Amino acid sequence: MADSKISVEQVRHVARLARLELSAADEIALQANLSEILQYIDQLNRLDTSAVAPTAQVGETGTPMREDVIANRPDPEAMLANAPARAGNLFKVPRIIE
Amino acid sequence: MSDSAYEAIIGLEVHTHLMTRSKLFCGCSAGFGAGPNENVCPVCMGMPGVLPVLNRHAVELAIRAGLAAHCEIAPESIFARKSYFYPDLPKGYQISQYELPLCKGGYIELPAHSEGAEPRRIRLTRIHMEEDAGKNIHESDASLVDFNRSGVPLVEIVSEPDIRSADEAGAYLRELRSILRYIEATDGKMEEGGLRCDVNVSVRKRGASEFGVKTEIKNLNSFRFVEKAIEHEVARQIEILESGGRVAQETHLWDPVREVTRPMRSKEFANDYRYFPEPDLPPLRVSPDMVEAIKASMPELPADQRARFVRDLGLTAYEAAVLTQDRDLAAYFETMLATGLKNHRTAANWVMTEVLRAVNETARPLADAAPLAIESGQLLKLVETGAISLNAAKTAFAAMCKSGKGAGATVAELGLAQVSDEGAIAAACDKVIAAEAAKVAEYRGGRDKLFGFFVGQVMKAMGGKGNPKVVNEILKRKLNA
Repeated sequence: MADSKISVEQVRHVARLARLELSAADEIALQANLSEILQYIDQLNRLDTSAVAPTAQVGETGTPMREDVIANRPDPEAMLANAPARAGNLFKVPRIIE
Repeated sequence: MSDSAYEAIIGLEVHTHLMTRSKLFCGCSAGFGAGPNENVCPVCMGMPGVLPVLNRHAVELAIRAGLAAHCEIAPESIFARKSYFYPDLPKGYQISQYELPLCKGGYIELPAHSEGAEPRRIRLTRIHMEEDAGKNIHESDASLVDFNRSGVPLVEIVSEPDIRSADEAGAYLRELRSILRYIEATDGKMEEGGLRCDVNVSVRKRGASEFGVKTEIKNLNSFRFVEKAIEHEVARQIEILESGGRVAQETHLWDPVREVTRPMRSKEFANDYRYFPEPDLPPLRVSPDMVEAIKASMPELPADQRARFVRDLGLTAYEAAVLTQDRDLAAYFETMLATGLKNHRTAANWVMTEVLRAVNETARPLADAAPLAIESGQLLKLVETGAISLNAAKTAFAAMCKSGKGAGATVAELGLAQVSDEGAIAAACDKVIAAEAAKVAEYRGGRDKLFGFFVGQVMKAMGGKGNPKVVNEILKRKLNA
């Protein structure tokens, strides 16, 4: 896996998933940029981790837990304050289904 | 029909809400029925800079589900981000579990409905925790979004492809619902989106070892739709194969109006979820002590209760299966028995006919539709002691459903008590014998069949309230005298 390089096609795929519109110049720049990032991962891959358990996070403790109590009061006005459009207390977005 | 040459291979993914007060990662109410966007906060709205904090009770309920389904509970599981864009998902990802779920393996045992039949086991792949998304309401010119449901805790229960028919899928769902209600993990109400199901279906030639190409049917929200969608999809796939075609691997939607499945347009789903570990939540660690404590708090499960009903109470497998479909129904039956009833099967059939009829006719919960179980028990006690007939008990029950009065008061009010008094019955017999002299002579001359006629006449004379056993005895004695 040395020398990871991603294709322009992969750049377009990731951009589509992220809903980004890229110019041809952006695509070339990102191809180089993302490839460099993956090459850094290649450096990490040189470490022998065969004796290390897969690790999602470092740290000794597990996730803290809260008791099951209702702590928030309804405040739809505050929640809708930044809505670009609303209908009553509902967020209004462009129609989803074709 | 060529159907029998094929078998269906079915796996189900069931999503169900956990009955918590608050949401999975924030202190908003998880309840239904609030006005739009009342139960929301920056966390479940996905605002920048917020952090999720896990609800302990949701974890406990998910572990209860895992233990009830004989799963292995993972000492360490992790949450993952499932990324996709949709207006009801404000963060742009759903917090779910992917590689390391909370519960692994396990099985659901389906009740055997006939004597001696082996219970079927449907194996589970996993049970994991995740948060629900908000709700979209589609209008002609726009879509409206309510985030009250965003962040409500769910478990997803994934079965192995062990199910072989639409009927079996229905039986699996009913058993699953029953288990989840017994352990109070969920209220199992499908109408409020409390239980949703995705179905994977393929068919293959009977005896083949390889699976056929499967399709996925998404977002079914009633047991009936699941069964209908499977029936339709199995028939559709067999037809394609029979005509020499190939089944395409697609995602379908069920159209409940036309009762067909149709492929989703590619825009309606994207399968590249780019799961990765949720950086905002350290691993979920579950200690053996926590699991043991939950184990100790588990109630009797439907399968165990069924076995006990058959073994200790002498019920048939079918009776036990019907009663344990619903925790409240089984509890009703057991409370009736606690009044000291000797005939367990009469009580079981009482629940299956009279009580279930009251529930079905009123379409209301058991507690509202039927009298208290203890009153039903008292009523059958009166039948056992001979004070009233079984038919009279049914009459009383119907009245009690409406009036809410007790068994004793209702029997007295409606004058349903049976007459067992020998003097009164003898007098009625004498009257009938005197009035029907010709038939008495025929009977005594050897026409035994007439006995039933005399019983009928005596009962009629007593307004139907004579104790049939005593009437028989006295009448026989007098006619043979």
